[in-house]
Amino acid sequence: MINGILGIKMGMTQLFGKDGIVIPATVIKAGPCVVIQKKSASNDGYAAVQLGLVEFASARRVNKPMAGHFKKGKISPVRFLREFRLTDSADATQVGSKVLVDQFSTSDEVDVTGISKGKGFAGLVKRHKFGGGAATHGSMFHRAPGSIGASAFPSRVLKGMRAAGHMGQERVTAKNLHVVKVDVENNLLIVKGAVPGANGGYLIIKKNKRTAG
Amino acid sequence: MNALSIIEKGEMRTNLPTFRVGDTVRVHVKIKEGDKERIQIFEGIVIARKNGDLRSSFTVRKISFGQGVERIFPLHSPVIEQIEIVKKGRVRRAKLYYLRSLKGKAAKIKEIKPV
Repeated sequence: MINGILGIKMGMTQLFGKDGIVIPATVIKAGPCVVIQKKSASNDGYAAVQLGLVEFASARRVNKPMAGHFKKGKISPVRFLREFRLTDSADATQVGSKVLVDQFSTSDEVDVTGISKGKGFAGLVKRHKFGGGAATHGSMFHRAPGSIGASAFPSRVLKGMRAAGHMGQERVTAKNLHVVKVDVENNLLIVKGAVPGANGGYLIIKKNKRTAG
Repeated sequence: MNALSIIEKGEMRTNLPTFRVGDTVRVHVKIKEGDKERIQIFEGIVIARKNGDLRSSFTVRKISFGQGVERIFPLHSPVIEQIEIVKKGRVRRAKLYYLRSLKGKAAKIKEIKPV
């Protein structure tokens, strides 16, 4: 069993649930995916499949090593490839077979991984949720870090001290999101809540432990 | 059609009447109490409509016991049983927020009489 799929974040909207409750929802274009490579325990040390998200990829943009990789499986080039571990080493999945969104149903919970939006060089208040000081009433302490340590001893700043710096644009996983709706015809997966990244960003969707187990 | 509108168009209600800002409407709202369901009516002037497919909403304002009350309804919510149009109003604004600062006769809206 492949307990996951690749997708693209399309955007957020809202749906009406039971008794008219508004559910915040993210629409994900999930798949179709194609199996590009199969890894086995005997050959590679672990059982996995490499999936590729089927979308338009110009053949001109594919470099030679990747072109050879696609040629091996007789698959037209894709842009986004990720590996999924197989739970059963005797899985019958073949190279070239399709992985579709129909593996999900509305009672499922999924973990969605993506690259979060970049925030640039962010200060402590934004990056580490520091409180900051009062804006007015004569306060001269606004968004500065404050004390970062003692004096003569230890004469240095302790490692791991939270500081300003680059924030966002990192791999983030939103866990246990409920699947609200599955549209197999249009390859769409709708989950409750937000997922990491900007609209148009690539996502890795995996069933969570409870659903997959 | 993009993926978002496929989803939104599929969930939208088609049995809604056309009404505009300035109209007086009676909104029949389903209210659930325990396992019993009843209908409550909220009657007032539509002072705003916000468009966005499934995310559309409208605001109804009424004066209840001398106190102004506004309620925002999601247009496509299944909670709305029915929208009745009582009166058509003639207005020159898309949003009638100015009614909030007016009282009594000044807060009246000219009616368009059906021909």
